[in-house]
Amino acid sequence: MQALVIAAHGSHLNPDASDPTYAHADTIRETGAFDEVREAFWKEEPHFREVIRTLESDEVFVVPLFISEGYFTEQVIPRELRLDDWDPDKWESDGTSASQATLEAEDVGKTIHYCGPVGTHDAMTDVIVQRAETATGDPDVGDGVGLSVVGHGTDRNENSAKAIEYHSDCIAERDRFDEVKALFMDEEPEVDDVTDYFESDDIVVVPLFIADGYHTQEDIPEDMGLTEDYRLGWDVPSEVDGHRIWYTGAVGTEDLMADVVLERAADAGADIGDAREAVRELAASVAEPEPNAGAGAGD
Amino acid sequence: MTVATDDLEALVERASAGVSVDGLRLEEGDDGYRLATPADEWTGLTEDELRDALEANGEYVTNWRYWQETVGGAGTARRAFLRWCERAPLADAEDETASAPWTGDDGPAALAVPDRYDALRDGIDREWGQLAITARFVDVDDPDGERVYDLWHVDDDADLADLEIHDDPRDAREIATYDADGRYRPLKTAPTLPGGWAFTGLSGDDLVETVEFFYPATVANWHRELRGNLDVDHWLETAERQTGIYDVIDELPREAVAWMAEACCVDSQCLRRREWEYEAGDDLDADGGDGPFPCREPCSLVVAAARKWTTLESEEEHTYELELTTSEINQLTELIDAVAEGRTDEIREADVYDGANRYRARYLRAKRFDDEGELEATEVDD
Ligand code: SF4
Repeated sequence: MQALVIAAHGSHLNPDASDPTYAHADTIRETGAFDEVREAFWKEEPHFREVIRTLESDEVFVVPLFISEGYFTEQVIPRELRLDDWDPDKWESDGTSASQATLEAEDVGKTIHYCGPVGTHDAMTDVIVQRAETATGDPDVGDGVGLSVVGHGTDRNENSAKAIEYHSDCIAERDRFDEVKALFMDEEPEVDDVTDYFESDDIVVVPLFIADGYHTQEDIPEDMGLTEDYRLGWDVPSEVDGHRIWYTGAVGTEDLMADVVLERAADAGADIGDAREAVRELAASVAEPEPNAGAGAGD
Repeated sequence: MTVATDDLEALVERASAGVSVDGLRLEEGDDGYRLATPADEWTGLTEDELRDALEANGEYVTNWRYWQETVGGAGTARRAFLRWCERAPLADAEDETASAPWTGDDGPAALAVPDRYDALRDGIDREWGQLAITARFVDVDDPDGERVYDLWHVDDDADLADLEIHDDPRDAREIATYDADGRYRPLKTAPTLPGGWAFTGLSGDDLVETVEFFYPATVANWHRELRGNLDVDHWLETAERQTGIYDVIDELPREAVAWMAEACCVDSQCLRRREWEYEAGDDLDADGGDGPFPCREPCSLVVAAARKWTTLESEEEHTYELELTTSEINQLTELIDAVAEGRTDEIREADVYDGANRYRARYLRAKRFDDEGELEATEVDD
């Protein structure tokens, strides 16, 4: 038997923080690739600390639903899962290249394949591009359009900026968008000045965050000048300094994220059969343009 | 009692390996089959005689089939929980030494197969926190041993027709997200689960999954406790393990940890039974509660709150001078108590006899607060 645990942050204050985790877990449940699929959280229940013991499987794949390698993925999760032999060196990562480490969870005697975070997986690049498609409602979006990947920045001493730059570079190499730029909330180049960095009239802005919350639904839209007050919502697209900005919030809510979770587990040796194809089909079917995609996201 | 031919054949096939479930014992020896129930014993049976004897003890056969074939999972928390649901002895075999939580002082006794079969026709009711669980036969008139489970809120003794019916375990996630007033419930074991819903006809697997969505990890820890291997992490261990912004919480004085447990971990706030103490061998005075499932370590909510209290407790105490009448100081007590008990909503507008009445509180504020909206008090040095 094999189990999948999706490890996410969660919130004591905001019930929506765990929505993407539940949604992606449910998508993977539907594929039947794992005997057990479980959500686990730092701030909600089941807590990281107790999740492994709720499983009957001996092989457990833990995929952190986090953007970057850093405090949570390197310290908090392994410690709380009681992976005693954990050491960040086991990932042999340069900050964006963690794949997996195989360890024992001390309290339950099960084998844990501890995977790198979803945010740094190559497949995340596809999710960002799909986000641009859903934001604009145009499956061929790219020509004449600029794309910005937005991250938090380095104030929390994580590799967050590295992940943002990594995906920006990957997308740029594809030559699909006229321009691609990594922007940040807390460091240069800043998302406040988004229009300064693009010549294209249309700019798609994709925040590389797992869940929608304060940053993606309040800070970033106000900083970019999409709205005076996030509570009033904003249009997609919104006019700012002669550019049209297409913004729909956290990329982590995109359906294709379930595919990244599966890839992480498969890279660590999970037998997932044709679950990826199933998830990709599902994501493609829901990615059909919605008539009012993202309109009034602040409502 | 219907005994399906398949069940009978499957059981006969297993005889050579030996079967022992809930008082039913079956073995194949050199001199034929040996069959035993708590009431009877047969030896030297031919295969046909064995079939006849099993046919006459259909309850044991279908019970075997349900536990061994449908539920399976020997030694798992899932299996133990389902056995608890129908008051079966925890161990499958008649094991006198198996500890069973339902044989305690106040719990009902474990039931042997014939009594359980009688009870399953009407449904066996259990409570797990705020969940009421009923185990029953799928077919009560002609039971084939297959059980299903119903689940609803303990306070809903209403007609099923008044409840919203669910059959997908995942629906429990949404139900458990908000309380009856629409407020978010970050602590799943807070006694604020709203009612008005029912899950009916769940399989055993689905029941356990649903319970886990309502009260995550409670089944696993309850099972460990039953088997005597619950691993409790006491306050200091947990506090010392923290990093980042929670690094400071191991500085919270012992006395404050006790106040914290009294504030957060009592039955009125949390249905888990607190098993953690300050340190091994250093128990906190605060009551741990009576919940059926143990709390093996301070939860993330308590850890987050502890960070705030660590900061607050690091402040020095001062002496203040302020003017209050005797009734006014008593009123402060009543106000704090009403807020702490979540009672403010219940105090009627005209009930000016209650110190936490809104008009009384507003009057006190109007009289005793200064222009900045603060209590007029002077710090007295020394
Ligand atoms: S630490 Fe206290 S409040 Fe938290 S789950 Fe345990 S008993 Fe409940």
